[in-house]
Amino acid sequence: MDKNKRSKNILTIMVLILVCGLLYWSQINLNSFYIRILNLAAIFAILGLSMNLVLGFTGMFSLGHSGFMCVGAYTAAILTMSPASKELIYYMVPITPALAQIEWPIFPAIIAAGLMAALFGLLVGIPALRLRDDYLAIATLGFAEIIRIVVTNTVSITNGSLGLKNIPSINSIWVYWGAAILTLLILKRMINSSWGYAFRAIRDNEIAAEAMGISIFKHKLISFTIGAFFAGIAGALMGFLITSVDPTMFRFLFTFQILLIVVLGGMGSLTGSVISAVVITIMMEVLRVVEQPMSILGLNIPGLSGMRMVIFSVLLLLVILFYRQGLMGTKEFNWDWVLGKFDQIKSRRRGEAA
Amino acid sequence: MSMDIFLQNIANSITLGSLYALIAIGYTMVYGILRLINFAHADLLMVASYIAFYGILIFTLPWYIAFAIAIVLTTLLGIGIEKAAYRPLRNAPRISVLISAIGVSFLLENIGIVAIGARPKSFPRPSELVWNIHVGNISFLSLTIIIPTVTLLLLVAVTLMVKKTKIGMAMRAVSRDFETSSLMAVNVNKVITATFAVGSSLAAIGGLMWSMQYPQVDPLMGVFPGLKCFIAAVMGGIGSIPGAMLGGFVLGFCEVMLVGFFPAVSGYRDAFAFVILILILLFRPGGILGENVVEKV
Repeated sequence: MDKNKRSKNILTIMVLILVCGLLYWSQINLNSFYIRILNLAAIFAILGLSMNLVLGFTGMFSLGHSGFMCVGAYTAAILTMSPASKELIYYMVPITPALAQIEWPIFPAIIAAGLMAALFGLLVGIPALRLRDDYLAIATLGFAEIIRIVVTNTVSITNGSLGLKNIPSINSIWVYWGAAILTLLILKRMINSSWGYAFRAIRDNEIAAEAMGISIFKHKLISFTIGAFFAGIAGALMGFLITSVDPTMFRFLFTFQILLIVVLGGMGSLTGSVISAVVITIMMEVLRVVEQPMSILGLNIPGLSGMRMVIFSVLLLLVILFYRQGLMGTKEFNWDWVLGKFDQIKSRRRGEAA
Repeated sequence: MSMDIFLQNIANSITLGSLYALIAIGYTMVYGILRLINFAHADLLMVASYIAFYGILIFTLPWYIAFAIAIVLTTLLGIGIEKAAYRPLRNAPRISVLISAIGVSFLLENIGIVAIGARPKSFPRPSELVWNIHVGNISFLSLTIIIPTVTLLLLVAVTLMVKKTKIGMAMRAVSRDFETSSLMAVNVNKVITATFAVGSSLAAIGGLMWSMQYPQVDPLMGVFPGLKCFIAAVMGGIGSIPGAMLGGFVLGFCEVMLVGFFPAVSGYRDAFAFVILILILLFRPGGILGENVVEKV
């Protein structure tokens, strides 16, 4: 048993080294376009993981992710922009003096963005988590929309609908994938802790969980707040990736994409979310082809903008109608699973030989 | 605020309220039976408006034929959506059905964007239905009278159908207890189809009147009205038809008056409905006319 655990740890470290090598290779050899896509995939992986914690592990259908991203993105952007560019950008209404001179380094700003989003998560969660299922969905959707509208209207802090530009840019793949891997490890630790067991008990049967002495509200609030925290971090990274934010970015569309990632990867599988985040992000770029004008057999087809989202909606419907467990179901891609597969193949071979 | 503007606001709020009420009925009926927020309901508004738009402009049909075709096709679409996307998930967890509903809604919106383009187009108002009326110093559109009248007639019709006809009785039975009524030889699938048919045709009529009142159509035009009408249905007590009407009128009234009395906060107009929703869900989850139900094991 002990030896088994040690060999698994060694395997994990080997995989981490392999991943680092891969990242190192891509940072040097890939052009900036591909790196950008990989970074976007990392952000979607963080979002998928955080929604999976809430939806897949705790069974709460929250549609508020874009709102928490919005909070995170704006917090990080306002904290890191230089005073000079703030003065330039807030030309309609000058920024509140308290924020005008602030210029934080990037890493504390990312953490602050997460904490701010978590604070909002807490404030939203306290009233909203008394609700369940579809009421929770529509209430969190409402909160996300309220956050967006407030951001649009508090011009002296957020610059309103003009948005923020000249956010310091980060190109390093290490920051984005480092954050994604860290998120994965933290959430994996969490779902194997007593909190994680409580989350899953609530998901499977709320009344039974309550009867077993689990404080439903407390654990739901914990899960929701942590989900908001990581959504905020992803929002901050999104700002650093595309160097501008505006309120229309954080529409429901965003939440829909995250939902697609979680459903496709399997509700209740962390590694599934990461895999499908990468798959969906790459698909999003590859499918840009269908939105370009093209000619097939002499027929000129004009560019169909919006076609990608049609394909994604069909994909979501197909998965939910015919393959509800998604890619991974509630299974994880971990060593138990891999070694189990090996054993299966071995014993099958032995069976054939005999 | 002068008296004239006040009366103008009253007229506006009645018009908006009747539109909300009409669309909210579809939500409340479907929710009452399937316990499902039919997200696609909002997009049926858009579908109906576009069919009428193309009927009038491209095929140069008279408005009444275009409207009739729009209502029939939208109703069929509503029934089809239920058959394709909700029926296979009848025994699945509620979250799956909800995800399916969101998927259908997104599909319709994006098919709209692909086929029609995201740019808003102006809706051709039939001149037989829209003219100006002057009373004293106030001038208003004929729609201010037509929309509430149509709404009231349809509300009476739906209420009579639910209360007096056999299919209406079956609907009430299914919404009270799904399983028992199927044991009592109620054809549940047929009842659900009928519910979607009624709800979708009301959404279609609501959509047509919406695009006459606010004469602009775009593929996402249904999203906000849809959310607000759902909020109206929750406000009145979801599952209850009089509740949906009441909720619709109250929400329309509050929205118009908020903007009328406090122009400073008009930017927050869309947030207001959600604030109401959250307050209602927290303090009176059953809605104004609903009853509070505690979920049992």
